[in-house]
Amino acid sequence: MFFYAFKRSLLAILVALTVSMISFSLLYISSDPAIAMAGETASDADIEAIRELYGFDRSIVVQYLDWLKKAASGDLGKSYYFRTDVSHLIAERLPTTMTLGLCAIIFAIGLAVPLGVAAAIRPNSIIDRVALFLSVMGQALPSFWFALILIVLFSVNLRWLPVSGSDTWLHFVMPTIVLGYYAAPAIMRLTRTGMLEVLSTDYIRTARAKGLRPPVVLFKHALRNAIIPVVSLAAVQFGFMLGGSIVVETIFALHGAGFLAWESITRNDLPTVQGLILAFSLFYIILTLIADLINAWLDPRIRIS
Amino acid sequence: MMTNKTISFSLIGALAATMMYSAAYADKSNDTLNIAVDRELESIDNYYNTAREGIVISRMIWDGLLYRDPATNEYIPNLATSYKWVDSKTLQFDLRSDVSFHNGEKFDADDVVFTMNYLADPANGAKPARNVNWWTNAEKLGDYKVQLNLKTEFPAALEFLSGPVVMYPNEYYGKVGPEGMALNPVGTGPYMVTSVEPGKRYRFTKYDGYHSSSPKGRASIGKIVIRTIAESNTQLAELFSGGIDWIWKVKPDQAQRIQEQGNFTVKNSSTMRIGYLNFDASGRYGENPMNDVRVRKAIAHSINRDGIVQALVKGESIVVNSLCFPSQFGCTQDVPTYDYNPEKAKELLRDAGYPDGFEIPFLAYRNRDYAEAMISNLNAIGITTKFTYLKYAAFRDKVQDGDSPFNFGTWGSYSINDVSAITSHFQKGGKDDYSRDAEVMKNLNIGDTSVDLDVRKDAYKKALSRIADQVFMFPLWSYNTNYAFTKDLDFDPTPDEIPRFFTATWK
Repeated sequence: MFFYAFKRSLLAILVALTVSMISFSLLYISSDPAIAMAGETASDADIEAIRELYGFDRSIVVQYLDWLKKAASGDLGKSYYFRTDVSHLIAERLPTTMTLGLCAIIFAIGLAVPLGVAAAIRPNSIIDRVALFLSVMGQALPSFWFALILIVLFSVNLRWLPVSGSDTWLHFVMPTIVLGYYAAPAIMRLTRTGMLEVLSTDYIRTARAKGLRPPVVLFKHALRNAIIPVVSLAAVQFGFMLGGSIVVETIFALHGAGFLAWESITRNDLPTVQGLILAFSLFYIILTLIADLINAWLDPRIRIS
Repeated sequence: MMTNKTISFSLIGALAATMMYSAAYADKSNDTLNIAVDRELESIDNYYNTAREGIVISRMIWDGLLYRDPATNEYIPNLATSYKWVDSKTLQFDLRSDVSFHNGEKFDADDVVFTMNYLADPANGAKPARNVNWWTNAEKLGDYKVQLNLKTEFPAALEFLSGPVVMYPNEYYGKVGPEGMALNPVGTGPYMVTSVEPGKRYRFTKYDGYHSSSPKGRASIGKIVIRTIAESNTQLAELFSGGIDWIWKVKPDQAQRIQEQGNFTVKNSSTMRIGYLNFDASGRYGENPMNDVRVRKAIAHSINRDGIVQALVKGESIVVNSLCFPSQFGCTQDVPTYDYNPEKAKELLRDAGYPDGFEIPFLAYRNRDYAEAMISNLNAIGITTKFTYLKYAAFRDKVQDGDSPFNFGTWGSYSINDVSAITSHFQKGGKDDYSRDAEVMKNLNIGDTSVDLDVRKDAYKKALSRIADQVFMFPLWSYNTNYAFTKDLDFDPTPDEIPRFFTATWK
């Protein structure tokens, strides 16, 4: 198990390195970072000063290796734009993204698993149809459109919730629903499929024949087995929420790490982009590892193998 | 990010409908003006920030030695009581003795000398460089008297000293530096900063100790909160729900709908930014049709500027004939002009040896719809374009490398109300200059270095007339900005696109 986790981590680190190398190159290829950073109103002197200050006149390989060396020692450098430590910047923005991601994944699981189970218990019933409808809607609704509709309804019209910001828990209600609802359909469909498969197995029939109460059969025997792929999926979805909540963070003016990533890319703020890619990659590594450990705990066969 | 018109229309429609039974909650009762801007500021420190929003905030926190009255464009002493040109490279200022910074530090000559000498040192990296690289040093002549020694003749000095160059407290800034100033700014301006959440939110409160003699006047509104909300639809929702009282850069279609539903004030103001077509008159790109003045004149006659302004640019925008914004010093409109006349354009093309037109690469970096309208005008006289739409950085790279025979660009003059901020930038032999005309350069040099106002005006007129006559560049139109705000607010925009919240009042 330990060797397996070690191998997976090593592979993930290599992936993270490759991603950082590609993103570093892409940012250079898209445009001259000195001009992009200086902005439209900058003079030639400003651009030259930036080029010299940040060493953009050196080769891209030298610049990348220089960044990598510092990153290995824990120094992610200074943001070209904000002139503060990238690690400080990420640490400042991460709590908002983490809060949103955690709330959204809890909302998604809370909505999707019960609905998936209910749909599996009564296939082709009205519950199944409602679950299917919600699932299709979740997949089909563009998140920015859904977000704007919620804003119109709950903020502008009913005035129950604030439109944007992150000052109180109320500010997270709509972003959580939007982000969580987008992730829910996949979890819901996987739960339903898993439950249907497990419920038709011999050991469930045996359990029922033994006279076990239906909730015990359902939750202790069936769900525990059906949920294994859902755990892996939820981990991936959570990783996506941490790194990919750009649209939601932008619409609700949440100023989290996703929004920072988007803004940093448009500003060619290389150290911040690289730092965020590293951070997001690490999230994926950790989440995948946690998912593997939970699966091993849920299914003894994995531990034994 | 979400620029889809349909979405905006739907949202505006839905919002407008809800307004029928939901009143606006402006924060007049709390004497707090809530403002939304769309981009994160890199720093609130005036000298480490190039965003327009930063300029707006700077005018609230700090003062310059002078102040340009936006109505009359007259330079009025602010932290100075008077100024005089000792010679064409030396300025002397008498300073006010009754001014204190927000932290209680007294303002005097030491602050001016410190600020100017700090900025003049390139090692400190103050930006934009053009704002701070034209003087050698400042000298203290007395407790309230200073002398500024210029590197060369620089008549636009007064414009810079009345806007972007503001005074810092020497003791405080010497202690905390740019990082401290970014987190806890201290100035002499009409508003003091009470909290900074970098990139996210800034809170201001009226400075009760503001010097009464300031031409800016004392602020009326007690508190101001500026928040970054990147998404324009969210800004609108905040405006409609009462979370925000003032927004700007509202898209024309949105502005029209906000105005129609009647609960907010919508104002439009022309800005200093103008659009232009730049031609490779001197052959930097190599031999191409743009080298011929008849082709350039044909293109000038082919573009329906009035039509594009009315249909697309809208608002208070105007067609400009001179390569500058009309309010800028030295910007005469008395130059050769080119009316919209496709027949004449075709005739000129025939004379130039292109009876069937030609194909030419064409670059742009903003306002794709305007560029496409012009492409349609060009097609009508037989010119086809290989159109490339680029990000600004890539556009600038290509243009400055001499890799563009024909492009559509815009220029905002950094809100500097002087021709030197635009015409000299494009036509004095720099990287953006595709004409390299000796006569134009000579006259711009005279205009840029003389302190005699009449000499300057005359030289700029000659330069601008020559540019127009030879169509080295073809000015198109001015840009405009829409402002939308609560009906409780009295606010007047200015053409330099720097909202002055210290002059705003509650009704």
